[in-house]
Amino acid sequence: MRGFNFNLWFGGFLTLVVVIGALFAPLLTSLDPVYDANLMNAELPPDGEFWFGTDEQGRDIFTRVLYGARISLTVGVVSQIINSVIGLALGISAAYWGGWWDDLVNGLTNVMLAIPSLIFALAIMAILGPGLLSLLIALGLTNWSWTCRIARSSTLSLKGQGYVQAAQTLGYGDIRIMATQLLPNMVGPILVISTLGIGAAVLAEAALSFLGLGIRPPFPSWGSMLTNARELIAIAPWATIFPGLAIFVTVLGFNLLGDGLRDYLDPHMRTREQ
Amino acid sequence: MKDSVANPILDIRDLHVHFPVGGQFLSRSKRTLHAVSGVNLALAEGECLSIVGESGCGKSTTALAVMGLQEPTSGEILFEGNSIIGENAPDRMARARIAQMVFQDPYASLNPRQTVYRSLAAPLRLHGTSAKSEIEDRVADILKKVDLRPEHATRFPHEFSGGQRQRIGIARALILDPRILMLDEPVSALDVSVRAQIINLLLDLQEDMSLSFVMISHDLGVVEHMSDRVAVMYFGQIVELGPWNAIFANPTHPYTRKLIATIPDPDTVLHPDRAVAVGKYVAPPAGYRFHPQSVNRPDVYAAPEASQLVEIGPGHVVRCQPD
Amino acid sequence: MTPLLELKGLHVGIPARRKTFEIVSDVSFSIMPGEAFGLVGESGSGKSLTALSLIRLLKSPLKVTAGEILFKGDDLRGLSDRAMRKLRGERIAMIFQEPMTALNPLKTVGRQIAEMFVLHQGKSWAEALKMAVDALADVKVPAPEERVRAYPFQMSGGMRQRVMIAIALACDPDLLIADEPTTALDVTVQDEVLKLIAELCSARGTAVLLISHDLGVIANMCQRVGVMYSGRLVEERDTYDVFADPQHPYTKGLLGALPRLGSRHGAAGRQRLVDIDSLITDKSSLLEKFYFEPRHAVRDPRLRAGGPP
Repeated sequence: MRGFNFNLWFGGFLTLVVVIGALFAPLLTSLDPVYDANLMNAELPPDGEFWFGTDEQGRDIFTRVLYGARISLTVGVVSQIINSVIGLALGISAAYWGGWWDDLVNGLTNVMLAIPSLIFALAIMAILGPGLLSLLIALGLTNWSWTCRIARSSTLSLKGQGYVQAAQTLGYGDIRIMATQLLPNMVGPILVISTLGIGAAVLAEAALSFLGLGIRPPFPSWGSMLTNARELIAIAPWATIFPGLAIFVTVLGFNLLGDGLRDYLDPHMRTREQ
Repeated sequence: MKDSVANPILDIRDLHVHFPVGGQFLSRSKRTLHAVSGVNLALAEGECLSIVGESGCGKSTTALAVMGLQEPTSGEILFEGNSIIGENAPDRMARARIAQMVFQDPYASLNPRQTVYRSLAAPLRLHGTSAKSEIEDRVADILKKVDLRPEHATRFPHEFSGGQRQRIGIARALILDPRILMLDEPVSALDVSVRAQIINLLLDLQEDMSLSFVMISHDLGVVEHMSDRVAVMYFGQIVELGPWNAIFANPTHPYTRKLIATIPDPDTVLHPDRAVAVGKYVAPPAGYRFHPQSVNRPDVYAAPEASQLVEIGPGHVVRCQPD
Repeated sequence: MTPLLELKGLHVGIPARRKTFEIVSDVSFSIMPGEAFGLVGESGSGKSLTALSLIRLLKSPLKVTAGEILFKGDDLRGLSDRAMRKLRGERIAMIFQEPMTALNPLKTVGRQIAEMFVLHQGKSWAEALKMAVDALADVKVPAPEERVRAYPFQMSGGMRQRVMIAIALACDPDLLIADEPTTALDVTVQDEVLKLIAELCSARGTAVLLISHDLGVIANMCQRVGVMYSGRLVEERDTYDVFADPQHPYTKGLLGALPRLGSRHGAAGRQRLVDIDSLITDKSSLLEKFYFEPRHAVRDPRLRAGGPP
């Protein structure tokens, strides 16, 4: 019997908390994150009414953290989906077809891995302007290299398996083979790298929003909340602590989940083989 | 020189497969690996033709070329008189109904993420069968033919033993009703007791379904048991070709003799004189010497010297050079 | 003459809380000095585990649960780990099926052979390397003075196997255990390697325990044979007797299941090969007499999936 997979359960739990918070935000709080701003309530510490306290505009931080989770998760998941699609398409096809296409993809991947991802995202944001959509595109175009590498190496090792050759002799076209024979057999590593990627994307969004390039205030994004809270650190530290904590919990949750999945999928497959 | 078979179902003519080696972006010296050099083989309908040889002799490359998985450098491969390589080659779908392959490693030849049913039904759907009931019938049918039960279809490959997986591989090769079956070391990876069953199964299927076999093997015992004709390959060339009894009772080429003499055979315990008889020197036909003369590693990067196949018996040829 | 190696009632298994999962049951045989003994069986028969248990190379959770292993009269089970390590390589040596994984890829073959002389015979490295050249010459590696500096990946499979043999025989052991030494090699290379083992061992008086699934290999090399099935030794006699007059149904099946060279030439033509498993599942009283149990391995996938193998 395997030992208790702490990473999987705890990471899963943290992730679930964040997801529930994001999904059920309207049910968990009756306040509006943007408009319920009462200067009379500015900079109040956490109490019975405002669980996380209020910010400089009198907005409930708890509400804003919850709605901010929607932004973060959306950015994290959607950009990772874009990453995965690009990475899988390039990686699998590069290994399968080989030749000049493989050389090209490899070169491109090497270049992408050499560029600091945040700077690359910044450059794209500079062209596209701020906002959620630009954020998704920028992050989606930045972090596909890892997925591409893994997809490529998985394909290289799977390519020689009898069932891939059999599919060719049975009349399957190349695309169909890549989609039905190769892709399903690399789900494990891809899933792991994807959960880690979501965590990275959340951090990237927070950083970009903090720099004023992502989600613009007054819409709640954990990153932009941190920007506003900079001036308040001495008088209202809770305005910094709670968004920061939210980022921490989310990224930790996804990272642990990713590690846990990796462990779960590996020996599980082995024991089933026996 | 063509292989002498009337109306062959598969005709391989002067097949060459060469691989460029060491030449990537900026290299100067490009060597060519002569994997297959001028192979002529014809498969009669309903027969089992075996290609034997050791690793590196080119038998697998030849098989891949026939299956369309390897592009030949030159030569011709005809199915029922029609070319199946080059510009006139049929597409993959049409090829699939001509020849199918049974792979060596039963543990790698099935997609671990697909149930047996899916591995068998998907090709049917791909080739146009859409009625679910018809698919189910054909899958159940083929499973019965390989001595498995239809209930097995819902399971995954890892739930089966090596021998059972090989049966599933055979079922998959037969589901599209091909005319030719390419058997790549079909029993090498299996236990001795299981081999017997698979060999018996293949022979039964050959009769039931009027199949023609091309078998690649290094196991001469299996080859002798199953084949009608045998071709012996050595470094890309056929050095001896003939009916099974001629090859095994009267091996002529030095490489064939070495191959047969070195198989560890339990019978040598009981009949030690048999091994001696096989090892005895046989003279080449008059006016010729054997080619290659010695059975040491030749240079695989050089094109082989000119030589020819000389007939020494009905349908039995051996590679020689004029003296 | 006292046997060099004597196994009495060897049991190997996985001890669990309530009971032990037995994999090798009650195996007894002996090997005389200088004799070649073959252990033949299919995968899962327990032949490799038997050999590994002799020199304490079983990986946990496998353990020797009962029996005596007498080597030159001493019970090996009572030896300390230190004494066992000394015994391995010096008195009992082993070669494996896959030379590529058995050799250290980061050291030259010369160094790996020389290690034996340095560790076991206390020679200096300079002297040991010279002896390594000689050892390579003994196993018929051409140009041994150059080859000593080669790495395993630079050699062919047959060459690597010769290096393994050189390492194994370096200290002139009394017993050489060869576990499927030629299964991964081409037929002609296989022949050369087997002849080499036979020659060297008979010249030095080394006994050989040859393990294989290939009856032909065993037939050519060994004077006596033990047939293993499902963890038990079902037959153990002189090679000639086993092949000429097999007693146990499994041995008969094994011989009949092989497509034998020359068998098709007779008047009867192509014979249908014997189906061993129909012998097995048909549990008549005659078979029971020979302790012929079906393959009840704990996780036998065939029993789960049902149907023929």
